[in-house]
Amino acid sequence: MTQVSMTVNGKPVSGDVPDNTLLVDFLRETLELTGTHVGCDTSQCGACVVHVNGRAVKACTMFALEAEGAEVATIEGEAAPDGTLSAIQQAFQDHHGLQCGFCTPGMVMSAKALLAENPKPTEAEIREYLEGNICRCTGYHNIVKAIMAASGQDVSKIAAE
Amino acid sequence: MYEVIITRPRSLAEAIEALGDDNATPLAGGQTLIPTMKQRLAAPEVLVSLAGIEELSGVTIGDGEITIGAATTHADVAREVAGACPALAALAGGIGDPAVRNRGTIGGSLANNDPAADYPAAVLACDATIITNDREIRSDEFFDGMFGTALFEGEIITGVRFPIPERAAYAKFDQPASRFALTGVFVAAGGGVVRVAVTGAGEDGVFRWDAAEQALAKDFSPSAIEGLSPDPSGMIGDLHGTPEYRAHLVGVMTKRAVEAALG
Ligand SMILES: Cc1cc2nc3c(=O)[nH]c(=O)nc-3n(C[C@H](O)[C@H](O)[C@H](O)COP(=O)(O)OP(=O)(O)OC[C@H]3O[C@@H](n4cnc5c(N)ncnc54)[C@H](O)[C@@H]3O)c2cc1C
Ligand code: FES
Ligand code: FES
Repeated sequence: MTQVSMTVNGKPVSGDVPDNTLLVDFLRETLELTGTHVGCDTSQCGACVVHVNGRAVKACTMFALEAEGAEVATIEGEAAPDGTLSAIQQAFQDHHGLQCGFCTPGMVMSAKALLAENPKPTEAEIREYLEGNICRCTGYHNIVKAIMAASGQDVSKIAAE
Repeated sequence: MYEVIITRPRSLAEAIEALGDDNATPLAGGQTLIPTMKQRLAAPEVLVSLAGIEELSGVTIGDGEITIGAATTHADVAREVAGACPALAALAGGIGDPAVRNRGTIGGSLANNDPAADYPAAVLACDATIITNDREIRSDEFFDGMFGTALFEGEIITGVRFPIPERAAYAKFDQPASRFALTGVFVAAGGGVVRVAVTGAGEDGVFRWDAAEQALAKDFSPSAIEGLSPDPSGMIGDLHGTPEYRAHLVGVMTKRAVEAALG
């Protein structure tokens, strides 16, 4: 067991974990923050995307100990304490960017990283950025539309699908 | 995953010492090693994390060459060499997806030498030098068959030095599910020499395509290699493509890379 400490959604946290604990397991099992999902556990699907020091990473492909001292942001940090959704979350709701919702935490965290780098992405840029986020339900169309809308771009001419 | 002990040295000297243990393995971005450990295809007892070692990370752009620390992520390479060598930046920016690029490193990719990895093509085409804790290895001597390299047990890559080519481009035909190269070709030209390195296609991993190099050295244009493709024997055949298909792709991607290099 090794002690690990980090900041998660602005709060200092720590725990004693076996060294082979993945960051996603530390978040879900130790901290009981189950919003970050495990879709594949093979680094393919992106359901587990969180931010470590501002960068999107797959939490299933990083050890918790590697996040020692880091600032970690998860989907639980997105809504305001009173439950008001973030602009990206609200856009997913408004534009039907989710169905079963399993991929959504990773999609939202990837979208947040994209908009931090590129505040007004084109549709092609959004699709390319989401290459590591798999959705089995929506066909991506409304996810892309939601992210365009969240970035303040006009989506009224994009057909609903 | 089996139990493992993770150590996080602060300096290269500490890392080398920790790797003196026969059961220790370097951990860079973990984007290959962690999935391999989950599948129990690798079972190191000790992992020596290279991520926190400052001297292993970063890009230095010098006179006619770029030196990249082994623990520099694909995302940082894409950003930092964009001005000095756009072909290399595009290659790094096309690896996997953004989350993989935020963790995966150039040193990990080269040490792993996956037959479909992107960086080996850039290293071989640019005739880059692999710098280890102990020596310097020329690109032609470094890659040693699928997943094989000239590295000794316990030896680590500390950096890679790329001469900046006069003209260069990388053309990649993605395998859409894995995002690795089904076939990728890096063409680099400078000082009258042309080098063409092919990844994703050869059964022995990355290789130089001599016939195309010779034709392009005489005439650096897509028409110089019109109709040319390597012999399919020795090409990978799997569910994604036959050896003939890959041989054909090598010709096509080389032409595209030359067109892009003339840009
Ligand atoms: C979904 C996904 C998509 C991907 N797509 C692509 C792609 O399109 N193209 C591509 O090229 N790659 C791709 N990769 C692989 C990715 O680029 C990895 O980052 C890279 O292969 C390994 O780098 P790493 O830093 O993660 O190394 P690790 O996984 O940490 O290590 C890999 C191996 O190298 C050894 N090692 C690490 N650093 C050193 C060093 N400095 N000296 C000596 N040995 C060392 C380790 O011991 C280990 O054996 C993909 C990976 C994933 C998960
Ligand atoms: S659970 Fe991490 S990428 Fe799928
Ligand atoms: S909404 Fe079901 S997987 Fe994306």
